[in-house]
Amino acid sequence: MTNIQKSFGTNHVLKDISLHVDKGEVISIIGPSGSGKSTLLRCATFLETIDAGTITYDDKDAAHMVNGKLVYAKNLNDFRHIFGLVFQNFNLFPHYSVLKNMMDAPVSVLKRNKAEVREECLALLAKMGLEDKADSYPCELSGGQQQRVSIVRALAMNPEILFFDEPTSALDPELTGEVLKVIKQLAEEKMTMVIVTHEMAFARAVSDRVIFMDKGVVVEEGRPEEVFGNTQSERTKQFLKNYNKD
Amino acid sequence: MTLMTIFVKMAEGFEKTCAIFFLTLLFAIPLGMIIALLRGSKFRIFSGFAKVYISVLRGTPLMLQLIAVTYGPYYLFGISVSRNKLIPVVVAFAINYAAYFAEIYRSGIESMPVGQYEAAQVLGYSRIQTFFKIILPQVVRRILPSVTNEIVTLVKDTSLAFTVSYQEMFTIGKQIANSQTSFVPFVVAGIFYYLFNVIVSFVMGRVEKKMSYYKI
Repeated sequence: MTNIQKSFGTNHVLKDISLHVDKGEVISIIGPSGSGKSTLLRCATFLETIDAGTITYDDKDAAHMVNGKLVYAKNLNDFRHIFGLVFQNFNLFPHYSVLKNMMDAPVSVLKRNKAEVREECLALLAKMGLEDKADSYPCELSGGQQQRVSIVRALAMNPEILFFDEPTSALDPELTGEVLKVIKQLAEEKMTMVIVTHEMAFARAVSDRVIFMDKGVVVEEGRPEEVFGNTQSERTKQFLKNYNKD
Repeated sequence: MTLMTIFVKMAEGFEKTCAIFFLTLLFAIPLGMIIALLRGSKFRIFSGFAKVYISVLRGTPLMLQLIAVTYGPYYLFGISVSRNKLIPVVVAFAINYAAYFAEIYRSGIESMPVGQYEAAQVLGYSRIQTFFKIILPQVVRRILPSVTNEIVTLVKDTSLAFTVSYQEMFTIGKQIANSQTSFVPFVVAGIFYYLFNVIVSFVMGRVEKKMSYYKI
């Protein structure tokens, strides 16, 4: 993503933001509420349309400027197969079982073979220690389990990159651990990920690069030990200080 | 006239009551969905049409609509009133109930959290897939109690067909009551409607139970 601009009315949320993610890279985006972190993810996943800039996946433009006007690609759905998004409040389909939540999109969107998808999904569930939940419904699961299911639902589409929009913010503190463990496991497997989070210790431990955003711009960016250990910007220092208080 | 003959004669009309009931549901349920989707359309012509449709059909008496549909074509275009009054009666009921169903559907569709649409969109579902696979099944579950309400009302509303002398149960009952100066047919009619609705409530209760395998 380069030079992304996004406004809601007169509220300029993203001011000329650029974000480049390499294959296998894990990036954490931190920053205060209203800094535009989530909006950036929502723009990257086409849930919000940008006002200006370029969005590129695998060297192909999903959105770019033509003579000063923004143009989205016609085949946006082809781009959607490249990424997955994990929401803050899971957004599982309540009327589908865990297995159906995972299987339905690969089968009915990607038109893949049902038996094959089923096998893959069961293997994924087993890997996450959720094999006994395949036939459960989301309402029967704890928040942490629901979020893990929503992660495997995204993984079932075999995305090249996974976005996380504050994946633990809707969870009880004691349930965040199991979700973070799963993300950590994915990081070890070199899954490309962009994680918007308020879990500083986690961001520090898991990411290759940390981005601090405030008021729609990237204030500071670098390796976690630099951003957390050798903070340059005053604004970042102030933000991290407030976090370390509690 | 013995109670038995009253009962038998009215039971014959009950067949027509059932015809109105089932045919109305058959047409009003999908028509209501079409109106609800038009109502939510971003094209002003469609949503405007649906708004006027709902406003007029909810805002005027069903009895008046029955008369208008049955005799209107004669007064307006000189087309003779059709011999089989079931057709105009069902048309009037269906367009009227579709208006109510449309508003029930709309309430259900609007109650859906936006996250369901977003999750489906990110997973690559088309708009049609999203509606039929993700949204509609949950909407049906949410609106079922209101739909049951409407269906129970419909059972009783079929009696309005007497205004155009369609020979359904209540019309027959009223005729017997007049000719025999007896109150008995009305009691019989009351029992018929009540039993019908006991069955409707039972069936809808079962359907609701079957759909409540998940919490919203």
